[in-house]
Amino acid sequence: MSLKLSYQLMNSDEVSTTLNRIADDILKANSGRPLVLIGIQRRGVPMARRMAVRMAAKMQREPQIGTLDINLYRDDLTRVASQPVVQKTEVPPNIDDRDVVLVDDVLYTGRTIRAALDALCDFGRMRTIQLAVMIDRGHRELPIEANFIGKRITTKDDEVVEVRLKEFDGEDAIYVMEKI
Amino acid sequence: MLKRKDLLGIEDLGREEILEILDAAESFQEVSTRPIKKVPTLRGKTIINLFFEASTRTRTSFEIAGKRLSADVVNISSSTSSVSKGETLIDTARTLDAMAADCVVIRHSASGAPHTLAKLTKASIVNGGDGSHEHPTQALLDAYTIRQRKRRLNDLKVAIIGDIAHSRVARSNTHLLTKFGSHVWLCAAPTLMPLGIERIVCENNEFLHLTNSMDEAVEHADVVMMLRIQFERMTESFFPSVREYFRYYGLTSARARWAKPDVIIMHPGPMNRGVEIATDVADGPFSVILDQVSAGVAVRMAILYLLLGG
Repeated sequence: MSLKLSYQLMNSDEVSTTLNRIADDILKANSGRPLVLIGIQRRGVPMARRMAVRMAAKMQREPQIGTLDINLYRDDLTRVASQPVVQKTEVPPNIDDRDVVLVDDVLYTGRTIRAALDALCDFGRMRTIQLAVMIDRGHRELPIEANFIGKRITTKDDEVVEVRLKEFDGEDAIYVMEKI
Repeated sequence: MLKRKDLLGIEDLGREEILEILDAAESFQEVSTRPIKKVPTLRGKTIINLFFEASTRTRTSFEIAGKRLSADVVNISSSTSSVSKGETLIDTARTLDAMAADCVVIRHSASGAPHTLAKLTKASIVNGGDGSHEHPTQALLDAYTIRQRKRRLNDLKVAIIGDIAHSRVARSNTHLLTKFGSHVWLCAAPTLMPLGIERIVCENNEFLHLTNSMDEAVEHADVVMMLRIQFERMTESFFPSVREYFRYYGLTSARARWAKPDVIIMHPGPMNRGVEIATDVADGPFSVILDQVSAGVAVRMAILYLLLGG
């Protein structure tokens, strides 16, 4: 399967403005309570880091950061052709009764988030778990919604939303691609 | 990803595959540090530990690895199975396959036993040690421990000292470390150094060295790996007395000083203190023997995941 560029959704400036806006929204909604930002591997991780930097400037206590790999919790391990590479999971200790924000790049079927919720629950009982995503592209297969959304778009099933971040891809941009 | 059904030995593994297992193990080590040490990855899979020889750490570590991945693990030891009623290995294997086991970890005193099973079963076969042939998961956990401490697997001097004749650990480690370009020094008393051992490594055999002198093996070594004298495999006398053996081939702190200042001391266990290793060295600051045990669980989780999780 190869991909063809359909259109560019965000450029570098728009990516950082959007990330900043989500960070501000999270702060506002949690009214100064200490937060734990947990990025889902891989692109949720740099997103969480960048938002934490933005938040640190605006609150007394810098948010804690963690990373989560959901591959061990997938419901389709026996159906995927090639095994996913398992990345690092690093959740701060004692997150019982804390407010946790899961961070991911694209919300699509909701299955990644389902796996992430299962994974998180093995680390304790958090006060709240909230979800922040860059793009909500629809087509949910599970009853899962995000609390903070960068941009909501309508997509076709055979399209792919590609979030590119400097840390992995050398540029900040979001593209909508078409499968051909 | 591992494009194979079974893990039978290090000899036929490529460097890429070895690194893939070690990298995955790094991610799995974290699971054992959680308050709830379990992930649902292999839910519904059945793993059978089929052990025809005594084992504490390999069997327990496979059992813990399987359970932390939520697989169902069943242990069979030869004394409590139908083997003691005269069932052949092949019939035992077919029986387990008919029960739809997904993976069988086998330890057997006959070299090649896992290879025979692998041809007959749908289940993945993992070699948990076959005779004096191979013990691949031990070599992988040793490599994991070495890489954690030395940050590399190439360009090291590794001395493997002791009962080379009966040691599958020595063979698997030799295959692995020479594949990555480290110098392996096998050291044993002449009676415990098998003839033709230098031929086990086909590629990179310039990295394999043999010696009867412990001082030569230990000098400037980055890693010293001591092996247990396997009295249970000895049908005749290989050395005059344990005390004499210890004097020539036991690792004492005085001997360890010949190695590099940051040497790590390894032992696959079980240890015979005062035979191949002195107590103060085994429990000393350079010893990573217990790190090897922890690494064993992470490495075996990685192997089970890579063989069964897809």
